[in-house]
Amino acid sequence: MTFHLEPRTVTPRWLSPLVTVGAVAVALVISGGIIGLVGGDPVRSYAHILEASFGSVGVLSDTLVKATPLILTGLACALAFRMRLWNIGAEGQFLLGAWGASAVVLFPLVPAGTPGIVLIPLMMIAGMLAGGIWGLIPGVLRARLGVNEIIVTLMLNYIALAWIQFWVFGPWSEGGFQQTHPFPPEAALPRLADFASIVPGFAGLTVHLGLVFGLVAAGLLWLFLERSRFGYEIRLIGDSPRAATYAGIDIKRRLIIVFAISGALAGLAGMSEVNGAVHRLQDHISPGYGFTAVIVAYLAKFRPGRVVVAAILFGALILAGREIQPSGVPAMIQGIILFTLIVSDVLVRYQVRVTRGGRGPTVPATPAASPSAGSAGGG
Amino acid sequence: MDLGLIVAAGLATGTVLLFAAIGEIFAERAGVLNLGVEGMMLMGAVTGFSVTGSTGNPWFGLGAAMLVGGLFGLLHGVVTIRLRADQVVSGLALTFLGTGLARVLGEGLTNTNVERLPTISIPVLADLPIVGPIVFANQSVLVYVGFGLVPLAWFWITRTRPGLHLRAVGEAPAAADAQGIGVYRLRLGYVVVGGILAGLAGATITLAVSPGWFGDQTVNGRGWIAIGLVIFARWSPIWAAFGAYLFAAISPFILGLQGVPTILGVENPFLPGRSATFFLEMLPYLFVIGVVILGSRSAARRRIGAPAALGIPYVRGERGH
Repeated sequence: MTFHLEPRTVTPRWLSPLVTVGAVAVALVISGGIIGLVGGDPVRSYAHILEASFGSVGVLSDTLVKATPLILTGLACALAFRMRLWNIGAEGQFLLGAWGASAVVLFPLVPAGTPGIVLIPLMMIAGMLAGGIWGLIPGVLRARLGVNEIIVTLMLNYIALAWIQFWVFGPWSEGGFQQTHPFPPEAALPRLADFASIVPGFAGLTVHLGLVFGLVAAGLLWLFLERSRFGYEIRLIGDSPRAATYAGIDIKRRLIIVFAISGALAGLAGMSEVNGAVHRLQDHISPGYGFTAVIVAYLAKFRPGRVVVAAILFGALILAGREIQPSGVPAMIQGIILFTLIVSDVLVRYQVRVTRGGRGPTVPATPAASPSAGSAGGG
Repeated sequence: MDLGLIVAAGLATGTVLLFAAIGEIFAERAGVLNLGVEGMMLMGAVTGFSVTGSTGNPWFGLGAAMLVGGLFGLLHGVVTIRLRADQVVSGLALTFLGTGLARVLGEGLTNTNVERLPTISIPVLADLPIVGPIVFANQSVLVYVGFGLVPLAWFWITRTRPGLHLRAVGEAPAAADAQGIGVYRLRLGYVVVGGILAGLAGATITLAVSPGWFGDQTVNGRGWIAIGLVIFARWSPIWAAFGAYLFAAISPFILGLQGVPTILGVENPFLPGRSATFFLEMLPYLFVIGVVILGSRSAARRRIGAPAALGIPYVRGERGH
């Protein structure tokens, strides 16, 4: 028995979302099987994840706190991937963003007692600047010297972590512990709980202003990608670099700019995390947000709106996964989901025809078929 | 510190990078980029360690590690070659999957000890002056396997008929197909070979070089370093060996810096416990960025670069890209 893949001429609108949901479901079944094999109880694990992440308003709020950095880093990856730039460095750009924001209050770059209305925007700028510069490095190397951006962004993640560790163990260490002094209260992003005196129901809710940053960024990125000339050019480069070159688009310039914006988005995620959730810099500030972001972007098919949804799902997994044993389960589920997603893409792009025995019909020549359009999920 | 000991230790740690890099060279020469090396190495490392622990025989562990590495390679091969998925994304997925699964399987293995693979000395060669005791004495048997693999891989790729076919499917798959060479079959085969070698590289860590299971830290980015080395080596096993051993030999010197109290009369800022040691930890990764830049530049200048069809799925009947 052999099977053949034939490119679909028409793709029904319902097919892609259905297959995506199906892929996630299959991934959860496979993961459940593995959890069972290593002696866990998959049903209880999943029930626990649901309960601990969506079970009450309080935990839903915590889920959104975990989703916030994932939205911003997910957008960073989605933007770069849309141009088929493999920025796997959101983790490092996130860390640099957290560092840049911290630098404003820890060097300090501003006098003590600076009001939040001034301080918070300054820290946002510092975080985006630091993340953007970290993103600029692989962008410039790729554009000017043709250096593979995957290797460079990955290596920069390790370097960024060592950089953070230097500061939190060294100059900024609080009494030798691997964390800095807490930030001044003016630097804290407002939380829903801060308004409990007005709306009593907000008491104890940890959702902070960073979520708004994420939602606004998603909206802006959608406008940018779908409604601007620059965004159109980026999508064109992603779908068909050759066509973009013929159209006279300066790909190298776009590449550097996209990398810088991508880095700045991840940097903003880092700032939002230290200012909104942690209130100080630590070496273990990220449970791998920048890596999960790759999967978030892919699950969202690089669309900003869907990034928000995917980020909330993975935020739940990260939040609830902390208590699941064995500890590698959330990472494993993420890997399996990414695999089933890319396999499921095949079902969207091609019709699978199974033939019994012998050689089936040969794949017809399709000169117009663009191999890159499919993986990018269409326009 | 004894220079000979440093070089001997460098050869052992270099063997890890060597296996992974040569495996990746096979896959990339066939036209398939596999970014899953880190994940395959972690799976090899945890499989080798845990199977050795449960059977008491490190050879079983080694075999199981290679098998699991090969299965991971097969997964990547089927997904990218048969199902034509994007090689970059599939490779990343392989790394995520390998990392997560290795952590699940490695639960409870930390702080345990298993039998190591034997260390041996090569008769006659070990008696050579200077070189003998450093290179051919008391090394893990896998180090010698590495010595043998380099010329073998070079000879296979550049001097044999199957090697010619390997290069053909990586450079011009349509032409190879027209010659009757099974493009899909060969690509799949070499991706599996790459996986087996990555699994071997992982087991080399846990069964020979630095025995023990330390979660993701066991491999700690060396899969990515191996992929960087392939670019540096311009897809040549000989240069990959040079890069792997050089890289591994430099690292202990850098760590050795931590041992001296003063450098040129100035108090050493890199003493253990000082935060400046984190700058030393950056060096291997900076080194990789450096060699990748150099590799890209020289490849561009000398017009020898990646296999022409690297990263491009082959579809019979579709126009060449």
